[in-house]
Amino acid sequence: MAVGKITFTKTEREKLAEVLWLLNWISVVTGAILFGLGLFLKIEIQKWQEVMSEQGILYVPHMLITTGLAACGINYVGSKICLDCADTNKFLRWKLVMMPYIVCTFFFTACVLAGALMCYSIRSQLEEALYLGLRNTMRFYKDTDTPGRCYLKKTLDLLQIQFQCCGNTDYRDWFQIQWISSRYLDMTNSAVVDRVRSNVEGKYLMDSVPFSCCSTLSSRPCIQHNLSNPGAHAHYDEQSQQLNLWRRGCQQALLDHYTGTMQSIGLTVLLIWLFELLVLTGVRYLQTAMENVIRLGDPDSESEGWILENSLAETACYNFSIIKTLGKCYQVDDDPNINVPTAAADQEAPSAQVQVNVTS
Amino acid sequence: MVVMKMKFPFQKRVKLAQGLWLLSWCATVAGATTFTLGCLLKTELRRRAEVMANTDIHIVPNTLMIVGLASLGINYFASKICQDALDAGRFPRWKNFLKPYFAVSCFFTVLMLLAIIMSYAMKGSLESSLKAGLRNGIRFYKDTDTPGRCFQKQNIDRLQMEFQCCGNNDFRDWFEIQWISNRYLDFSSTEVKNRIKSNVDGRYLVDGVPFSCCNPSSPRPCIQYRLTNNSAHYNYDYQTEELNIYLRGCREALVNYYMGLMNTIGAGVLSIFLLQGSVLVSLRFLQTAMEAVAGKENTEIETEGYLLEKGVKETVMEYLDPVLTFLLLKNKVEEGTAGETTTAPA
Repeated sequence: MAVGKITFTKTEREKLAEVLWLLNWISVVTGAILFGLGLFLKIEIQKWQEVMSEQGILYVPHMLITTGLAACGINYVGSKICLDCADTNKFLRWKLVMMPYIVCTFFFTACVLAGALMCYSIRSQLEEALYLGLRNTMRFYKDTDTPGRCYLKKTLDLLQIQFQCCGNTDYRDWFQIQWISSRYLDMTNSAVVDRVRSNVEGKYLMDSVPFSCCSTLSSRPCIQHNLSNPGAHAHYDEQSQQLNLWRRGCQQALLDHYTGTMQSIGLTVLLIWLFELLVLTGVRYLQTAMENVIRLGDPDSESEGWILENSLAETACYNFSIIKTLGKCYQVDDDPNINVPTAAADQEAPSAQVQVNVTS
Repeated sequence: MVVMKMKFPFQKRVKLAQGLWLLSWCATVAGATTFTLGCLLKTELRRRAEVMANTDIHIVPNTLMIVGLASLGINYFASKICQDALDAGRFPRWKNFLKPYFAVSCFFTVLMLLAIIMSYAMKGSLESSLKAGLRNGIRFYKDTDTPGRCFQKQNIDRLQMEFQCCGNNDFRDWFEIQWISNRYLDFSSTEVKNRIKSNVDGRYLVDGVPFSCCNPSSPRPCIQYRLTNNSAHYNYDYQTEELNIYLRGCREALVNYYMGLMNTIGAGVLSIFLLQGSVLVSLRFLQTAMEAVAGKENTEIETEGYLLEKGVKETVMEYLDPVLTFLLLKNKVEEGTAGETTTAPA
C-alpha cells in the first residue's frame, strides 16, 4: 500500500520532467541566495565581533554558507537528471544514481531546515555572549596603550554612537568601572587621590560617562559629569535628564539588531526549504514513475508514481534491517544456529544422496 | 565644401545600420543612467539642505535629469530611424523629421557637456553657500526652543559626527558664538556673570566645543571645555593635541564630499556624452548615405555620406536663420511702417 500514489501518462511524465528541470534551475538560484545570506550574516557578526565574548555563533552563517553551496551543486545535478528523465533510454543512464541522489537531497533538505531553526534559537546564546563581551570591552576602554586592546575604545565609542546606546544594561554601568586611564590622572591632586583611595580596589570611579553616550536629541548641551547629582546643573529637570543620554543599553540594542536580521534570514531560509521540499517530492515521483515504466516494458504506457512503495512503518523497518545487516559484515557471529566447524569434528556430515533418475 | 565625406558601399551601410541600432539601445540605457545619476546627486544635495544657504548648485542635477530624459527620446527615435533606413520604401517618411531632430539632439548633447563643466565651475558657489549655511547653523545651535530653528542642534551634531568635522572653518568657530542657551546657565554663579560681563554683547562665550566634535580615535577621554588652557587638564598640550577633537572644518569636509561625488558622476556622464555623440554622428552618416540611394532603381550602389553639406559656419547660419528671421521679422514690420509714414509726406 504505497504512500501518495499518482498515475502518470507519457505526456504527464514529460511535462513533469520539464517542470522539474526549470524548478531545479530556480533552486540553483535560491541556493546562491542562501549562500549570499550566510555571507551577509557572517560579515554582520564580524563587524562587531570585538564586543562578543565568543565566536560560537558563527556556526549559523557557516551552516548557511555550506548548505547554499551544496544546494547549488545538488540542484545543478538534479536539473541534468530531470532533463534526461523525459526519455526512457536516457533515464537508464541515471538509474543507479537516482536513489542515492534522492537520499542525499533528503538529508540536505533537512540541513536547510536545521539552518532555519538555528536562526531562531540563537537568541539566548547571543545574549550571554554580548553581556560578557560588552563587560570586558568596557573594562578595557581605558587601555588604549595595551597592544591587542588599543582599538576597543574606538570600537565602543562608534558602537554607542551608531546604535544610540550607552553601557551594557544602561548608562550606570560606566559608574562602576574606571574608564579614564591613570596616564591622564594627576596623582598630585588631592581630589584625585581621595577618589582613588575611597574604594577597595583603588580605582578612579566617577559618576560620569564618555562623550559617545550623549544623545543628539537633547535640547541642551550634553551633561556627562555629576550625573547622580541633578542639582549640580542649572535647570536640569526630569525631561532634560531623559533626553540627555541614550537610555538603552548596548546589549539590548545589539540583541535587537541581530535578532531582527536573523529572523528575516530565517524566514527566507524556511521559504527556500519549502521550495526544496517541493522539488524533492517532484524528483521522487519522477524517479518512481520512470522505474515503473521500465518495469512494465512499454515506454508509452501509463505508470504509477509514489513517494514510498510501502507504508511508512514498513519502509522504516526495511531500512533499519538494511542498516543492521550492513553492520553485521564485520562482526563475528555468536548465533548458535550457524554451523561453525570445530577441530574435534572429524566426521563430516553425510551429504544427502542425490537421486539421479536415469531415464532409459 | 563638404565636411568629412566617406564612401559607403552597400555592405558597409548595412553594417552601419545594424551597429547603430545596437548603439542606440546602449545609449538609451546610458540616458536612463544619466537620469538616475542626476536623481542621486539631487537627493544627496537635499539631505544637507539645512546647511546650504541657497540652491544654486541644484542646477547641475536638474540639467542631468533633463538631459537623461531627452536622451531617452533621442535614442528611441534613432533606433527607429536606423531600423527603417535600409528599407527604401519606409525611409522617406522620416525626411522632414530629421532636420529639427538633429538640431534638438545636438542641443541636448551639448547641454550634457555643459552640465559636466558646470559641476566643476560651481565649486565656488557651493563653497560660499555652505559657508553661509554653516555659519547660521552654528549661530542657531542653541535655539532649540525657537520654531524653525529647533532642529539645528540635531542637524549640526549629526553632521559633525558623520563627516568627522568641527565648526565652519575649524573648531575655533565655536569659541566665537554662544552655543549654550541662557536657559541652561546658572545666573547666580559668579563665573557665569564674569564671563558675560567680559564681552561687549553680553554673550556667554567659552573656549569649548559641543560633544559632537569629539574624535573617537583619541586615546584619552574627550576634552571639550577649556581647550586653550593647558593647565586645566593633566598631561595636555593644546598646540600638539591632534586626536582629541576633529581639526577639519565642516565646510571643507562637505565641499570635498560633494566635489568627489560630482567628479565621479562627471566621469560617467562624459563617457555617456561620447556615446551619445557617436550615435548622432553615425546616424547622420547613415541618413546622408541613404538619401543618395533614394529614387534610384539599384539600391545596392555605393554612395557617399558626409557630416555637413556646407561648411560649419554656413550650417550654423542655416539653422539660426529661421530663429533670427522670426525675431527680425517683427523689427522689419515696425521699420517698414515707420518708413512709410516718413516717406508718405515726402
